[in-house]
Amino acid sequence: MSYNVNEKGYYGDFGGAYIPEMLYPNIEELRNNYLKITSEASFKEEFAHLLKDYVGRPSPLYFADRLSKKYNTKIYLKREDLNHTGAHKVNNTIGQILLAKRLGKNRIIAETGAGQHGVATATVCALMGIECVVYMGEVDIARQAPNVARMKMLGAKVVPALSGSRTLKDATNEAMRDWINNPVDTHYIVGSVVGPHPFPDMVARFQAVVSDEIKWQLQEKEGTEKPDYLIACVGGGSNAAGTYYHYLDDESVKIIAVEAAGKGIDTGESAATSVLGKEGIIHGSKTLMMQTKDGQITEPYSISAGLDYPGVGPMHANLYRTGRAEFISITDDEAMTAGLELSQLEGIIPAIETSHALAVFDHKKFNPNDIIVVNLSGRGDKDLQNYIDYFKL
Amino acid sequence: MNRINQKLQEDKKLLSIYFTAGYPELEDTVEIIEKLESSGVDMIEIGLPFSDPLADGPTIQDSSTQALKNGMSTEKLFEQLKSIRESVSIPLIIMGYFNPILQYGVEAFCIKCQETGIDGLIIPDLPVDVYHDTYKTIFDSYGLINVFLITPQTSKDRIHFIDSVSEGFIYMVSSASTTGAKSGFGDEQTQYFDRIAEMNLKNPQIVGFGISNNHTFQQATRHSKGAIIGSAFIKHLSNYGKGGISEFVESVIRSETT
Ligand SMILES: Cc1ncc(COP(=O)(O)O)c(C=O)c1O
Repeated sequence: MSYNVNEKGYYGDFGGAYIPEMLYPNIEELRNNYLKITSEASFKEEFAHLLKDYVGRPSPLYFADRLSKKYNTKIYLKREDLNHTGAHKVNNTIGQILLAKRLGKNRIIAETGAGQHGVATATVCALMGIECVVYMGEVDIARQAPNVARMKMLGAKVVPALSGSRTLKDATNEAMRDWINNPVDTHYIVGSVVGPHPFPDMVARFQAVVSDEIKWQLQEKEGTEKPDYLIACVGGGSNAAGTYYHYLDDESVKIIAVEAAGKGIDTGESAATSVLGKEGIIHGSKTLMMQTKDGQITEPYSISAGLDYPGVGPMHANLYRTGRAEFISITDDEAMTAGLELSQLEGIIPAIETSHALAVFDHKKFNPNDIIVVNLSGRGDKDLQNYIDYFKL
Repeated sequence: MNRINQKLQEDKKLLSIYFTAGYPELEDTVEIIEKLESSGVDMIEIGLPFSDPLADGPTIQDSSTQALKNGMSTEKLFEQLKSIRESVSIPLIIMGYFNPILQYGVEAFCIKCQETGIDGLIIPDLPVDVYHDTYKTIFDSYGLINVFLITPQTSKDRIHFIDSVSEGFIYMVSSASTTGAKSGFGDEQTQYFDRIAEMNLKNPQIVGFGISNNHTFQQATRHSKGAIIGSAFIKHLSNYGKGGISEFVESVIRSETT
């Protein structure tokens, strides 16, 4: 059994492309070209070169000694926070901008929640000299102000999404509407493994560099390519998809996916899609999503803008349904505490999204000999104000 | 014969109106349908509101949000329409996004449509390929016509495929846009209308998006069988209420009465 996408764009029951006809030509163009273009030698060379010299890859696999001692196990942190722009998101935007250029597009749009994907998109657009428009929920614009400023500095136009909950879901709607209105010259750089096929697979492939590196880095450090556990937080699921990618079909490597419980699963203010969601269609993909019994998409809540999304990518929906991955939900409070703990034990301030993954160590006991790799998906600079307010520092 | 096919045989240009069920007030649905019919509208698209209408611009988004706030739901809509066939005889089409229908159960939804006297469906985010492979037999067994969209960007081959799967009419989206984004037609649209007319499709075409008055109605129906008005009607409802329905319809079709 493979946990990867099939030729029709499905992961088990999930995936596909449930899109209005207006988007069909755009999606069809991508579907027909993404594998061809990304397997060309010139593409691979340019992608590898930019990841190395511009992004700063490979990112270190760091053995977190004090954290490991505290939890009496072996914890490695995959330092995506050290990438240029401060998160894993840039792996994908580099890949997609190179693809967009080869498709002859001269305008880029993107959605963003935490602003990390928006910054990563604005960055590659500046690098390539291409016009960039980023949609961002009005609520997120307020809670991630430093990233809004960075996008502007990079020359992007930031457009507030004013509909619905005014967060990531609504920013995604607005980006899709923009694409419908600008079908020919524009490429939509989707920021996670969500949306219609081929986006989930394409983004997962660009993020797969993460597990590619983990394999040889772990071999160097532990004499084995295989960890016992992989842990990542899941908003849409891109840093998780990158972490799992080369281990998906090797069931001796256990997978843990961490969702945001918000104020608690039962409080009505949560973003734990696997627990609270049902199969449905969101942003062109059949997947698990939070909705009313009538099929209206509900408004999620999380302290972290990057996890505040009512769906998960179809790969993760399938990992949940098949039991391949263990899903754990972490509350705002647990995440914030874990973020402070990492800061003071290891001198690394993580993004609040990432703090959710780190909080797993208070939830689950591991053996002293277990080798665990956590994707440290982003750095906490953008969240400093939130941490300071929360801890009254 | 399905009411839609019957209507398409009439020797006139058809006016179809879209409105969002449950807007402006929850219980307005039946009254709006009756008034549209008595004003001379040929066909009605009843919008089942959705929280995240991807293909719609602000006017229809806002009406959907308001309708949901008012308490509109799939169950509620069928309840309101229970006796609609006692008073209304023109074709009625439900237009809605796929997720609410999926949650209701596709077959259960089709059964309800048949019981209610709904003639067809327009589901913008149910692609023709998925419909053809998975749902067509269900729709067919309850006598429902599913209507597909084409746009100026739709390839010739795909238009022929859509034509072969369609059994009523083809919804010709006038420009690559969300609803209500553009008004009026330029050269690009005229060329597109001409191009489609020359394809001699088996299904008649009805043009939607960008039609708001008699002038655009005339332009849109020069080569096609009819036209659909959505956002402009919703705006009129917002500004003048249900009282203004017949005025609106008359202003669109006035010089059409031959
Ligand atoms: C640092 C960081 N981690 C994780 C996420 C969640 O996204 P994904 O699940 O696609 O990795 C985000 C999203 O903005 C982020 O900025």
